[in-house]
Amino acid sequence: MSLEIKNLHARIAGNGTEILRGLTLTIEKGKVHAIMGPNGSGKSTLSKVLGGHPDYEITDGDVLLDGASILGMEPDERSRAGLFLAFQYPMEIPGVSNANFIRAALQARMPEGEELEATDYYAQLYEKMDMLEMDRKFTARSVNEGFSGGEKKRNEILQMLMLKPKYAILDETDSGLDIDALRVVSKGVNSQRGAERGFLVITHYQRLLDYIVPDEVSVLVGGRIAMSGSKALALELEAKGYDWIKEDAAEPACA
Amino acid sequence: MNAVVEASERGAQIPECPTVMTESPDFASRPAYFRGRQQAAWERFQSLPMPARTDEAWRFADVKALDLSPYRAAGAVSDAQQAVLLARSRGLGETAGRMVFANDRLLSHEVLADDMRAKGVIWLPLEQALVEQRDLIERHFMSGDSLLGSAKFAALHEAHVKAGSFLHVPRGVEVALPIEVFHWLSGDGAAVFPHTLIVADECSKVTVVDSFAGASDGPGFACGVNDIVVGNGASVTYVAIQRWSEKTLAFHLNNTSVARDATALALRLNLGGARVRDEAASHLRGQGGRSDMLSVSAAAGAQIFDQRTLQIHEQPDTASDLLYKNALNDRARTIFTGLIRVEPVAHKTDAYQKVRNLILSNEAEANSAPGLEIEADDVRCTHGATSGTLEEDEMFYLQSRGIPRWEAQQLITFGFLSEVFDRLPCASLRDHLTDLLHEKLG
Repeated sequence: MSLEIKNLHARIAGNGTEILRGLTLTIEKGKVHAIMGPNGSGKSTLSKVLGGHPDYEITDGDVLLDGASILGMEPDERSRAGLFLAFQYPMEIPGVSNANFIRAALQARMPEGEELEATDYYAQLYEKMDMLEMDRKFTARSVNEGFSGGEKKRNEILQMLMLKPKYAILDETDSGLDIDALRVVSKGVNSQRGAERGFLVITHYQRLLDYIVPDEVSVLVGGRIAMSGSKALALELEAKGYDWIKEDAAEPACA
Repeated sequence: MNAVVEASERGAQIPECPTVMTESPDFASRPAYFRGRQQAAWERFQSLPMPARTDEAWRFADVKALDLSPYRAAGAVSDAQQAVLLARSRGLGETAGRMVFANDRLLSHEVLADDMRAKGVIWLPLEQALVEQRDLIERHFMSGDSLLGSAKFAALHEAHVKAGSFLHVPRGVEVALPIEVFHWLSGDGAAVFPHTLIVADECSKVTVVDSFAGASDGPGFACGVNDIVVGNGASVTYVAIQRWSEKTLAFHLNNTSVARDATALALRLNLGGARVRDEAASHLRGQGGRSDMLSVSAAAGAQIFDQRTLQIHEQPDTASDLLYKNALNDRARTIFTGLIRVEPVAHKTDAYQKVRNLILSNEAEANSAPGLEIEADDVRCTHGATSGTLEEDEMFYLQSRGIPRWEAQQLITFGFLSEVFDRLPCASLRDHLTDLLHEKLG
């Protein structure tokens, strides 16, 4: 069981520039796969393309979730199929309470005519919020509105804990976090590690990987994977930067 | 030639049907002092011209749609329907009192809270108030001019009016729970003229919720007036829930007078109606006075909501804050023209006016014309109108959580509109309006 990205090519819809240029990567269930890369390498594009953002179009390749292609699916169908995307910049939704938002997301997974049980729902929600050290007031507040950077990221992880995806993609979840928030967010992620779930952790910095220790690290350069290795690769990147890989990747990649 | 013959034959066969435009109202049942006033209003209605496209107050509006000939004064509803409507007249959980009208006839008048009985509060059906409260009626009944374009329809209301609620809260009295009034309109082509008059004396406090609703889906005509007189230091919250049938032509005309250190807060929720003309004028008449004018409209199908407002600062140190939000789907239209007027003496005015339109369909159209007329120095006035569509990134965010696109749109629309409810002080009221909005958007 895995999330398989096969020779993925994608560009901004209506614009000729390809951003992903033959990206191949497999995220196995039970594993944490980290992707690192310099700015502009396509990291955030990858997460949006996987989520089905309408700004991008796929020109080649495929993405298989446990063997089935998700590329023809709407973003909400992908989510219900088991994909979760933690946003680098979570959106603010004025007037929609956080509790109602998460409830609507859970309700969307229920069979037609069945209602989510409110007491159980709140019990679960509060339990996860406690783990993430989130104040109860965040249930009634509008989704992400006026949240600090750290609060927004905790809120992303809260949604992940509630939705229990098969594969979670964390897009620069560490950006804008102080050490305390990073610790809490990582605790939330680590609590979800296990045989039934795979993670793709996208990050610019090695620091996050001290908290969420990856099974594998791949480096994204110029829209394709330039190198893969163990956690040690992240440390090497931290020490040496990305330039030495960039030079290598400039060579035609072997198919 | 043929055409003339046909017309005269048809005229001979079908007797002319009396309508609200042609049939003189039944003045005889009213007290003598009021009868003369209604007679004069009837003459005024007949002499005033229908609005024309060129009238500034009817800019953007389709004046041809104002044909009143299909409507006649509503007849009584059956006993069986009365029982049904009484049962449906439940909005808030706890209320200080409940009055129910159907087709301009009183069905029930219940005083429920002790503070309504013990403290000299006068809360009566209009017909009774005309007889028993002549002084207050003469002083306050439709005492303000119709400034926003519907003088003709205000006159029509005044001539026909017989139903509605009259509330007088004496000095220093606070009614804790909201008072609820229901007006039902039933029967094809029926016309009603609901009236609301709230007079809050010095340092009193009260909340009134008017609920206007169609009992059936048929066409109808409603021409209502809601006037609010807020005395020194008093506080009135007024909510109008408009749920007429989607084939109803409706007018809701308001004058609010705010005295020294008084506050008026009004919220209009527009859900029903085919064409609704909603005029609201707040007069800031005493230093320290404040008026909050709020509106939430969810327009769909071919609905047209036409709103005209005036914030008129007649004294120094007064504040007004208008926030109107519209969500437009399908072929719906909204019109807003608003004016902040600051009189020469009204220094230190603080006035705010904001209209926000959320356009959900390519065929929907929102016209907004905010305006300022400032004759005093040292004022703070801001106004603006914005129109926007759904943000694709917000939609993607909700969809990425598994929420289908139609539901994401509904959530965002609901959030956009319901934010206005947060300005209401009463939680049960907020919940009620939230439920009604859900019903419309759902």
